[in-house]
Amino acid sequence: MSFEVPAEVETKVDQRITHYPVSKRSAVLPVIHELQHHFGFISEEAVEWIAVKLELEPIKVLEVVTFYPGIRQSAPGKFHIRVCRTLSCAMAGSAELMDALCETANIDRSGTDHHHPIAVSPDGKFSIEFAECLASCGTGPVCLVNDDFHEAVPNAAELLAKYD
Amino acid sequence: MSDVKYISGKEPHPKERRMIFKNVDREGWDQSIETYEKDGGYEVLKKAMKMAPGDITTEVKTGGLRGRGGAGFPTGVKWGFLPPNNTKPVYLICNADESEPGTFKDRYIIHQDPHQLIEGMIISCFAVGAKLAYIYIREEFPEGAQILEAAIEEARAKNYLGDNVLGSDFDLEIYVHRGAGAYICGEETGLIESLEGKRPYPRIKPPYFPAAMGLYLCPTIVNNVETLCHVGHILRIGGEEWAKIGTPNNTGTRILCVSGDVQKPGYYEVEVGSLTMGELINDVCGGLKEGRELKAVIPGGSSAKVLRAGETFKVGRGDDAKEIDIWNIKMDFDTLAACGSMAGSGGVIVIDDSRSISWVLNNINAFYAHESCGQCTPCREGSLWMKKITDRLVGGTASPTDIDTLYDVAKNIDGRTICAFGEASAWPTESFIEKFKDELVADTNPELAGEKVNNEAQLAAAGLL
Repeated sequence: MSFEVPAEVETKVDQRITHYPVSKRSAVLPVIHELQHHFGFISEEAVEWIAVKLELEPIKVLEVVTFYPGIRQSAPGKFHIRVCRTLSCAMAGSAELMDALCETANIDRSGTDHHHPIAVSPDGKFSIEFAECLASCGTGPVCLVNDDFHEAVPNAAELLAKYD
Repeated sequence: MSDVKYISGKEPHPKERRMIFKNVDREGWDQSIETYEKDGGYEVLKKAMKMAPGDITTEVKTGGLRGRGGAGFPTGVKWGFLPPNNTKPVYLICNADESEPGTFKDRYIIHQDPHQLIEGMIISCFAVGAKLAYIYIREEFPEGAQILEAAIEEARAKNYLGDNVLGSDFDLEIYVHRGAGAYICGEETGLIESLEGKRPYPRIKPPYFPAAMGLYLCPTIVNNVETLCHVGHILRIGGEEWAKIGTPNNTGTRILCVSGDVQKPGYYEVEVGSLTMGELINDVCGGLKEGRELKAVIPGGSSAKVLRAGETFKVGRGDDAKEIDIWNIKMDFDTLAACGSMAGSGGVIVIDDSRSISWVLNNINAFYAHESCGQCTPCREGSLWMKKITDRLVGGTASPTDIDTLYDVAKNIDGRTICAFGEASAWPTESFIEKFKDELVADTNPELAGEKVNNEAQLAAAGLL
């Protein structure tokens, strides 16, 4: 399957690039976000495409892709969950929330590590990872499902039922 | 302001003084520019545009505003570091990368009152002569980024942004730039590198301030969201009036974010120094949880050194010198510094006697091990070593000598890195050991005394091999 960026995504990319009149390289993250939003992750082909677009060596894109925890290099589920792991949420029960979410969505996290943090459910519907402090420490435990923010999450099943 | 009503159940505490958070949880409030203007929004900008830019900086200096991002550096002084007779473009960046664990104030400004930030930014840009500004917002605020972009469009349509702002010869564009989940981007030179499209490795100092050399090697001002909002309020009431709020050298209001083991965690905007720790925890936050006692408080985000319940602190100088306990610490920059910690970002994490200190420290160490950018060896290696040792503590396989090793590692990071992340990662470990050594040692396994701990077995047990 050849890698193709739809015209409407490319239009958004071109629009983003205009925000950086001094240096096109500054648009690396915004362009990555546009592609990740569309494809779900940044593939090798996407790295190449961005490099051509921004007139950079591909390594200049790859070094960014491999650095940031918010950039995925493999496909997540249809709904990607990020549970806050950090102190205040942990005190409010985020580890228990993670376990309950994994059980409800039938996700096995045993194969994950620092470099492969994402686990996907067998049906591809949900994927999950821990995130560091989501900055809502007063309402833990919190998580993001795609772009939706959920605070004081009471129940894993209730949360997942919102996504179909 | 008496006509301001709040959503039922979300009313501010009587001890609060709402300036920045005036519109947070306000009844009938929305993010639109119409609502903001009806409440007097953008009037301060109109006033500011008639002032000489240098006079705005003077007002900010008179107000004594100190940065709300963590370091507490005087904002006006920072602006004053812009080189004289500069011929290069000047940039302003709003640091909206809010990610210090325990801190959750910028979230509410961005999501509920975006125009307050935009107005503060425009005034600040005019003051420092910036024609291009960026809001560097953390990627985990996707909705916040959209709200800010919509607000910028509204402001542009009203000519508060764009060419010839309000008929003047001042042009300004503000763009939203999303990060990608890295804590280090809150460090201002790391943020600048990130904005240049590189890995966010903090820059070597000097120059100490991006005002001398920042984005694209041009003079750049980086300010926190809350700080930029305060600029608008200083101009509204005047620096001299604003300086009367709070206490000398700790002026204005500030938002304290309380989380952890209290009845009512949340955000509370108070005059700086108007509350003691006891008042904050017991009055404002409704006290500790039923039947629990205070064990420790991290007073300014997770990097701040921990304060132990029961320890005494020497504050004040000369005739004012006295010894106080944790409950009587005034929550301002200078008092918390005198107590050996810091006001930092305003994130107060309360820990009660149900918590294991090893567990808390391990959670914090895991954060810093994950977030070290990896540029400096002591921090890259040390932060992970600290996590591994506290992993052993939590897992019950630490040797009694591990605590000294842990301390040694922390001390060898502290002061040996390019940026302050080194201290941020080392201070929790240093302070937890200095104050809770007995409890940490009690969590070690005496049978392992003198034995070399087998890291491989440890890693396997933890599922990491």
